[in-house]
Parts: sequence; C-alpha cells; structure tokens
Amino acid sequence: MDFDLTEEQRLLKESLDRLIGDRYAFEQRKSYGQAPEGWSREVWAQFAELGLLGLPFAEKYGGSAGGPVETMIAMEAFGRALALEPFLATVVLGGGFLRHGGSADQCAAIIPKIADGSLTLAFAQTERHSRYDLADISTTARRDGTAWVLDGEKGVVLHGDTADKLIVTARVGGSQRDRDGVGVFMVDSKAAGLSRRGYPTQDGLRAAEIVFSGVRVGPEGVLGELGAASPLVERVVDEAIAALCAEAVGTMSAMHELTVDYLKTRRQFGREIGSFQILQHRAVDMLIALEQARSMAMFATMMASEEDAPVRRDALAAAKVQIGRSGRLVGQQAIQLHGGIGMTMEYKVGHYFKRATMIDTMFGDADHHLRELARRGGSVVAA
Amino acid sequence: MDLRFTTEELAFRDEVRAFFRSALPASIRDKLLANKGLAKNDIVTWQRILNKKGWAVANWPVEWGGTGWTPVQQYMFQEELQLTPAPQPLGFGVTMVGPVMIAFGSEEQKKRFLPRIANLDDWWCQGFSEPGAGSDLASLRTSAKRDGDHYVVNGQKTWTTLAQHADWIFCLVRTDPQAKKQEGISFLLIDMKTPGITVRPIVTIDGGREVNEVFFDDVAVPAENLVGEENKGWDYAKYLLGRERTGIARVGFSKERVRRIKELAAAERVGDKPLLEDERFREKLAAVEVELKALEMTQLRVVAAERNRVGNKPDPASSILKIKGSEIQQATTELLLEIVGPYALPYQPEHDEEERWNEPPIGPEWAGPIAPTYFNTRKVSIYGGTNEIQKNIIAKAILGL
Ligand SMILES: Cc1cc2nc3c(=O)[nH]c(=O)nc-3n(C[C@H](O)[C@H](O)[C@H](O)COP(=O)(O)OP(=O)(O)OC[C@H]3O[C@@H](n4cnc5c(N)ncnc54)[C@H](O)[C@@H]3O)c2cc1C
Repeated sequence: MDFDLTEEQRLLKESLDRLIGDRYAFEQRKSYGQAPEGWSREVWAQFAELGLLGLPFAEKYGGSAGGPVETMIAMEAFGRALALEPFLATVVLGGGFLRHGGSADQCAAIIPKIADGSLTLAFAQTERHSRYDLADISTTARRDGTAWVLDGEKGVVLHGDTADKLIVTARVGGSQRDRDGVGVFMVDSKAAGLSRRGYPTQDGLRAAEIVFSGVRVGPEGVLGELGAASPLVERVVDEAIAALCAEAVGTMSAMHELTVDYLKTRRQFGREIGSFQILQHRAVDMLIALEQARSMAMFATMMASEEDAPVRRDALAAAKVQIGRSGRLVGQQAIQLHGGIGMTMEYKVGHYFKRATMIDTMFGDADHHLRELARRGGSVVAA
Repeated sequence: MDLRFTTEELAFRDEVRAFFRSALPASIRDKLLANKGLAKNDIVTWQRILNKKGWAVANWPVEWGGTGWTPVQQYMFQEELQLTPAPQPLGFGVTMVGPVMIAFGSEEQKKRFLPRIANLDDWWCQGFSEPGAGSDLASLRTSAKRDGDHYVVNGQKTWTTLAQHADWIFCLVRTDPQAKKQEGISFLLIDMKTPGITVRPIVTIDGGREVNEVFFDDVAVPAENLVGEENKGWDYAKYLLGRERTGIARVGFSKERVRRIKELAAAERVGDKPLLEDERFREKLAAVEVELKALEMTQLRVVAAERNRVGNKPDPASSILKIKGSEIQQATTELLLEIVGPYALPYQPEHDEEERWNEPPIGPEWAGPIAPTYFNTRKVSIYGGTNEIQKNIIAKAILGL
C-alpha cells in the first residue's frame, strides 16, 4: 500500500501547479471564458507542450503512457483552477473511446492530434429523456451500403460546440433502453446533416445541443463492437467519473482553503469570525467531507482500470455518491460561512460551488448512483 | 385547544383566495410559477391592485390604511399570497419602514410617505449592511453630521436589495461616533435622487441583479428626514428586524413549491416510471413535507400567541421560523435540481425584463431557472440575519445562555 506519488508523478503535479499559477488566476479565467469558444487555445497549446494532452496514451501515438493516477493529478489541478478547457471531453472521454474501442488505424489517425493539441473531441450521449441511463438511446444508426446514417438529438454535450469530432452513441438494434444494440460512432462535426447549438453552462463551461439528420459515417467512424458497445461506453464513462471525482476534490479543497482563510481574516464583533466555535466546527465538517471525498477519488482512480466490470461499476458509483454528497456539503457551507460575499459573481468561491454542483449532475448524481448500487445489490465493502 | 379554524376564518380565506385568483394578472402568476424573475412593473401593478382593494398594507393600523384583521386573518392573507402565488408586497416599505414610521415617525413623515408606500409610488430599499458591518450591524460607519438644517452623509452601504429601482432608502447612520456603538446610530430617510449617491450593481452567483452597493459622498439630507430621535436608531432597527412574525417562514411559498415539485416529478421519467413514483425520491419529498407541516403548526402557534402579546417586543420565536423556513426553502430547491437532472447545466439567463432570454429553451421549457434558483436560494440562510446569528438570538433570548 502506497499513497505517495512517484517522482515522475510529483514532477507532473509541480509543473501543473506552476502552469495553473501562471495562467489561471481568477481574472485570467474570466477572460478565457469570454472568448468566443469559451476557453483558451493558448492554454490548450501549453497543455500540449507539457504533455498533458497525451497523458493516457501509448508512446507510439505521441503519448506518455500514464495511468489513472496521472489523470487524477491533472484533473485535481484543473478543479482548483476551474479550468475551462476541454480536457475531460477530449482526452478522458474522447481519448478513452479510442484507447478502449479504437482500431490501430483509428488510434494512429486521431490520437497524435489529440496529444499535439490540434484536435478536440466531445461525447454526445445524453438525450432529452435519458437522464443518467447510458443505454437509454433513441438516436438511430441505419446501415446504408458500407456507411451508417445517424438520426436523432443529443443534449448537454460538454464542449460539443467546439469539438472537431463527436463520439456519438446510437442505436443499431434493440429498443430504447436496451443495453444491447448500442453502437458508438465518431463523426466529423462539420458533417452534412449535423447542426449544433452551443451555449454557456451554469459553471462557465460550454456545451451544445446537437441534431443529427441523416448524417453519414463511413466504416472508419465505427468505434468498438457495433451493437455491443455498452460495455465500452460504461468503461469510458467510469474513467470519466474517476476524473470528475478528482476534479471535484480540487474544487472542494479550494473552497475549503478559501473558507478557512476567510474565517481567519473577516472580523465581526471585534474579532475574527473564525474564533466562533460554531464556525470552527463547520469548517471541520467541511474538512471531513473533503477528506472522505479525497479518499473515494483515490478509490475511484484505483478501480477505474479494474477488469471485472460489475466490481468496477459499483466502485465508481460509490465514489460518485461520496463526491456528490461531500460536494454539496462543502459548497453550501463555503457560501454560508462567507456570508453575503459568497453570493457574488465577483468572488471565487461561488464559482467553485457551481462547478461542484454541476459535477454532481454529470454521469449520475449521488442519488442516481445510490439507487443503482442498491438495485444491483452492489456492495463496495468486502465482508 | 381547538386546532381548527373557525367558520368565519375559513370564509375569510376563501374570499382572499377568490380575490387573488381573479385579480392577479396571469402573466405575473406564470412568472412566479416558473421561478422567473419579476419586473419592477409587475410588483407595482400588483401592489396597486391590492391598494384599490384596501389590502395593500394589511398589517398597518386602520387609520393608516390597515385592515384591522386578526393575527389569524393576517396569516391567512400572507399564506394565500404565497400559495397563489402572487408577489409579496415590497417588504421594505410595507413591513419595514412603514411600521417604523408609524411607531416612531413624525406626523409629517406619516402623511407624506405612508400613502405613497401603500400605492408603491415610492420604492424603498434598506440601507443597513455595510462591507464591515454585516452580522455585527451595530459596527456600521456610514456617518451623518448635522450641519444647520440638514445632515451630511458619507459612507457606503452594501447588499442593498433592488436599490436600482429605489426612490428612497432608509439608512442606519452614525450620528455620534463617541457613543457606545449601539447608542450613536440614527434612522434616516434619504431620497435616492440626492446628488452624491451612486448605485453600483453586484451580480449574484446565479447571474441575477438584485443587490447593489450604494455610495454616499457628501449627501445632504434634510433634518426633517430623521425618524424619531437622534441616536435612537438602533432601537427602531431592532423593532423593525424582530417585528415580522407572520410570513417570515414562507410556509405558503414552500407549499406551492412542493406542489410544483410533484407536478414536475410526475412528468419526468426515470427508466420506465415517473420520478415521482421512485421510492427514494418520494421519501425525500415526504420528509420535506413532514418538516413543512411541522413548521406550519409552529407558525400557527406563534400566530395564536399574538393575541396575548403585550407591547411590540420582538419575539425570539420568529428566529425559529426563519431558520426552519430557510432550510425548507433550500431543501425544495435541491429536489428541483434532482428533477431536472442533466438539464440543470445550460445557462439560460432569465433575470430581468431587459435581458430576457429570447431564444427557444434548451431542454425542458421549465429547466432554465432551476439551477439558478438553487444557487440563489443559498441567500435565505444569510440575509435578514444569518442562521448562525438567529441561533445566537435563540440561545440568548429563549435559553438564557
Ligand atoms: C441576497 C442578499 C440580499 C440582502 N439584502 C439586504 C438589504 O436589502 N439591505 C441590507 O441592509 N442588507 C441586505 N443583505 C445583507 C445581509 O443582511 C448580510 O449579508 C448578513 O447580515 C450577513 O452579513 P455578512 O454578509 O457581512 O456576513 P458576516 O457577518 O461577515 O458573516 C460571515 C459568516 O460568519 C458568521 N457569523 C458572524 N458572526 C457570528 C457569530 N457571532 N456567531 C456565529 N457565526 C457568526 C455568519 O453567520 C456567516 O456565516 C442582503 C444579503 C444578501 C446575501
């Protein structure tokens, strides 16, 4: 058992911290968010330069063959920075589909471009009715000669408005909520018949509603096993959940620090408000929630590459439950302990609160995963 | 003990309900139902409808336009407003500065201002908090120096709700910097059009424009705008803050929320059944309903006790109503967030008339305000005295600790 980072991982963390320190002050973030794309190409290029965009990929594709721990380190730093760039969408989700479902040709064609920063991806999965059910898909893919034709609508596609290519789940068989009959396709976002409506999200990122009407995809755009792609989707989503857990820990630790600092500096009734015991205990409750979340983010990182799918799924669900609950407590108390200032757009803590809230709604909120754990009779504690 | 309302009380409630249903413009009700922001004009329109009916300032003495209703009737009126839902009469005038003027103001002030409050000819805002004086309100520093027949005001107020619409602001100002901090404060009425006043908006985390900073730079205020006696302002402020006993818990508002939650959860499907039929969700909703019912009963006990009150001493029980009421409001917004699921994410600003989102909605048409409402509702445990401060009050005033 070893919770310490290796020398290389420590260096990665340090270079990330330096980059974030230089490039991600609150005011800088604001200006990136106001750019038309909603994030900074310049920062993205620096991510590429540092090797971040190739972290999880094989060396032959320009990657550095990192594992879930490296992704965790990066995501936690992005959480602290409230980074706006499409790392989750491109590297974790898009890259995940290529790593686990891409042919050698597909990987060779796409991954080097992810790693050098010249191509971004997004995962078009959610539909209006599907909530958090990955198999609830009514978008269809119909065979036409050697090609496939996609029809349907996808929503809240994170960074879908700027992605060069979209990874799309569609039904090739079965009925709306069947786990069987799912296919995954990689589509050029400029393809004929594809239209996108981009918009800002509550937490300052970008997303899109996407309509596919008769969009043609060649055989080179099929990822994984057609009609039996649900295990692939679940696996990639589990990796994304692990990444989100790490990001959430970054947001929570930042909120906790800001709050403790505020308790030490804000004075009312002639003394620091941190001298009131009720507020001390509240800050301690936040710390406990944060540490429980950090532990579960580590568990998620460890289990993300578990080959036994049901065991992996339960582990990631459990982690997401903890993250959702801790995030809510830490976020709400961070605002409360700041008083009025916590309610303002001008101050950083509210932005963390919003991001933590939105992380809960991505790939299943705490209640969804509790429900799923219970339904599967899942248990994450070995007897 | 008889926990039922009398036949007369029930008849009164029906009358109020019927009037609200028929008199409230549908466009205003629809905005409230959907958690959308009201425009200034919506609030003014409704206030004038109430004023015509003679119900604009229901809680005031009859001679100033009040209704003379019993505490139970006052309670029912509030509850029906929230249930309809209809806009609350602007509290800064009707429940704050109006009653203070009635209790402590001069005859001229009452004649000049009270009818205009009732008809919302003057929009009032509350200038108490300052950057350095939030929970510790008595440490406020905005100063008013007497100079002949007027005061010269300098300093800054903050978190001033809807100051952007305001014609007048009632302020706590320091008139005696030498005195003990509670004893050097006065209560001053200031025309927002006076030279030297600057209003700067503060955007809240949901993107809303409801609070402001208000700066005073050598603002000349006629001495006749002092309420009551100089350096007695703290007493008037305490009177104001502790007076509101009905409505503070927002029971009617939360009941209406629960109704809305049920409606939306019945339409939202999880797997093959409505979310409302999901056991986990139902249990959480039921738990909120139990809390809400208990709060309603607690509120009724406070209302009933009004009959036996002497004087106008603030009732520490109102702190219980404020704490529980805010917690329940916050819990309902968490349920709404759960209902909307992934479609919490799109940011579709909808805050004021001028900036209304004119594009087709993203996701379910009701989704837009859900996350902003969740974010914004964090304020209810902060403003009007934070929940921590309310607990301090209870510990001191009820428990004697
Ligand atoms: C949306 C909104 C609208 C508002 N509208 C108005 C308005 O119209 N007019 C107006 O005058 N004001 C208004 N306020 C201000 C509001 O009354 C103050 O925010 C509130 O009194 C808290 O003060 P503060 O923000 O300075 O927080 P602080 O007093 O700095 O409190 C910070 C934290 O410390 C805690 N704390 C402070 N003292 C103690 C203690 N003794 N024991 C335990 N805990 C303590 C608080 O509970 C809080 O958690 C508004 C505020 C908001 C958020």
